[in-house]
Amino acid sequence: MPRVKSKEELEGLRSEILAERDPNKHYITLCSGTACRATGSDNVAAAIVDELKKQDLTEEVGFRRTGCHGFCERGPIIVIHPEGICYLSVTPEDVSEILSTTVKGKEIIDRLLYTDSGTGERIVYERDIPFYKYQNRLVFGDNLRIDPTNIEDYIALGGYQALAKVLHEMTPEEVLEEVKRANLRGRGGGGFPAGRKWETTRNAPGEPKYVIVNCDEGDPGAYMDRSIMEGNPHRVLEGLTIGAYAIGADQGFVYVRQEYPLAVKNLAIALEQAKEYGFLGDDVLGSGFKFDVKVHRGAGAFVSGESSALMNAIEGKVGEPRPKYIHTSESGIWDKPSNLNNVETWAIVPLIVEKGADWFNSIGTEGSKGTKIFSLVGTVNNTGLVEVPMGMTLRDIIYKIGGGIPGGREFKGVQTGGPSGGIIPEEYLDSPVDFDELTKLGSMMGSGGMIVIDEDTCIVDLARYFVDFLCDESCGKCVPCREGLRRMREILEDIVAGRGKDGDIEQLGEIAKVMKNASLCALGTTAANPALSTIRYFRAEYEAHIKEKRCPALVCKDLISYYIEPEKCIACLRCLKDCPEDAIEGEKRKIHVIDQSNCIKCGICYDVCPPKVGAVAKISGRPVPPPVPEAERLIERGKERK
Amino acid sequence: MVEIDLKRVDELIEGYRGEEGVLIQLLLDIQSEFNWIPREVIARISERMRIPKSQIYRIASFYKAMSLNPVGRHILQVCLGTACQVRGAPKILDRVEENLKIKEGATTSDMRFSLRRVNCLGCCAMGPVVVVDGDYHGKITPALVEEILEKYE
Repeated sequence: MPRVKSKEELEGLRSEILAERDPNKHYITLCSGTACRATGSDNVAAAIVDELKKQDLTEEVGFRRTGCHGFCERGPIIVIHPEGICYLSVTPEDVSEILSTTVKGKEIIDRLLYTDSGTGERIVYERDIPFYKYQNRLVFGDNLRIDPTNIEDYIALGGYQALAKVLHEMTPEEVLEEVKRANLRGRGGGGFPAGRKWETTRNAPGEPKYVIVNCDEGDPGAYMDRSIMEGNPHRVLEGLTIGAYAIGADQGFVYVRQEYPLAVKNLAIALEQAKEYGFLGDDVLGSGFKFDVKVHRGAGAFVSGESSALMNAIEGKVGEPRPKYIHTSESGIWDKPSNLNNVETWAIVPLIVEKGADWFNSIGTEGSKGTKIFSLVGTVNNTGLVEVPMGMTLRDIIYKIGGGIPGGREFKGVQTGGPSGGIIPEEYLDSPVDFDELTKLGSMMGSGGMIVIDEDTCIVDLARYFVDFLCDESCGKCVPCREGLRRMREILEDIVAGRGKDGDIEQLGEIAKVMKNASLCALGTTAANPALSTIRYFRAEYEAHIKEKRCPALVCKDLISYYIEPEKCIACLRCLKDCPEDAIEGEKRKIHVIDQSNCIKCGICYDVCPPKVGAVAKISGRPVPPPVPEAERLIERGKERK
Repeated sequence: MVEIDLKRVDELIEGYRGEEGVLIQLLLDIQSEFNWIPREVIARISERMRIPKSQIYRIASFYKAMSLNPVGRHILQVCLGTACQVRGAPKILDRVEENLKIKEGATTSDMRFSLRRVNCLGCCAMGPVVVVDGDYHGKITPALVEEILEKYE
């Protein structure tokens, strides 16, 4: 492939690619993101290749393995184009039938369709499924259409045209101005205006300058950056190159977590192809602009996602933060001006160039423009990645797109902003979601994790979980963060273990204040958020643990007991057989009893007791009733319960 | 004890010749080659790259992806990301720990399993998730743990 040397050549290449592709030809896309691979996408892909040959369809039907579609709950997902017929949870065994019945026979296979859990209605087309219908997939949409390992798929959709426009028709100042005017705020957590950050680096003295993609995405429960990087790496590279031109950088870095092997792989392929086609290198698109990109794999440290820590890591040092009074945009990698944005932010840049700042400003709210990708996870029916305009309410995201809470359980809260975010209770479900609103509610946008929790989650235990996580991940360099987190963890561990005492809540508040004021980096200054936001909204639950030694959600091991209700037990032996400690006594037709002194509270008896029977109960805050007298334990024949 | 192939280490070092700031990348390569970072290898890197051993240990002990101890035949990861956490992952970890009689971070005395707790693998839709040697097991319940462990000898 000769290098593309001008805007016209790029347009010509695109026309050539499109001419070879018949828009009416059938093609099948199969989601091959990490989650779908985990549920068997590789086997489905092999079956498709195999069956296409067997049914003699290789000429007529195209096949493409795409990145993540977002609807991970129901993967692997197949979409048949151009119609857009969508089949969910596909297995290799379904493939032959899909080809013969739907592709050849034009008939729909009902069992593979999306079924609405409320109405029972089956939905044929991808665009009509509520999970997709209410989204606005500006950044994420192309993931469904392109094979990330084939640069031509990206070019066919207009890829690299924004870069060509920038290099051949705009000055760096004009690009910078456009991004500033678009009010693009960083999607990685802080929400700092990207244009202003770029400008600082551009104007800072010192050469060379660096641009960096942060794909460290350490927030548990968030995986949108990974999915973009896996599914559409060229878009990130295009955005980065545009930024480099505006800032005046000639070297870029992409920092990727090593936990994301597929992202590393697809990125490496994309880099090779971009160089080959002339979108990177000494003379990008024939413009004379020089730009290269290196990949740095992270080695598993949450704090290394912080910008100054990440830059230390790129230098090959331990990934610990530097003091914040020196801005990395002025003095970053090897003390040179370095501009860092996360994956999603870079991926938005080509769109702003292509469609203009005014268009971008027409989407979203006053202070937060454009769309945001959230990973909607936890106890929600439709788990997955959703991209919505800023300002959509939490309720719409969780209920309209997410399909609500499974199993008829009660919604309790939604955790946003990663471990340093907060939990928002039901009364604020109608709040619009944007940077400023979430901060007002005591949480934050973070990178876009949205973890739904229901009544079965203990808030205090969840706060303990986050503090424990941060305690592990704190680098230990500054005292307020290192010691503050440890003391907080001790207090929270005491509370969940039933050793809480009066004054604990106040003490947590005081530690939080010091950490917020005196920590070195954002990890420390925000680390108290999970505790503070839960105290703010769920104080009663803390008090139940401390004063009544009761866990209202029936989660905290030390505060609950398992008990078999004698009037419900059908003596089916199931719990008795599965109990790992042999702590359940009984026999056929003899009501089972848990020996409390041997019970380790693993909850297996509770899980295996048939739902119709529901004899195993969790008890908290009151003593376990005495076991049934021996004489009353026999269930007489004929009087067996249903 | 397995013989450490120091020639392979030299090759990996050679691959980064002339580049700056490569120590973390090199140690990651070593980790994936040997599954841990043996003492002899650290000595070799120190000697060849003229980096003090203390600096190498500092990095190898800071990052989660690097291990200074040999690992078992199977690496078992229990995800405790937030999504898995609220879907009951702590009970899964309890079950695994009780079954293998080790705590997370440790290796069984027969070198069969190394148990690790991880914070989000990004497969939140499948949670709770357990990964053994790269095989994902999703929507696990405590009662299923034993069955999964039995598959790996």
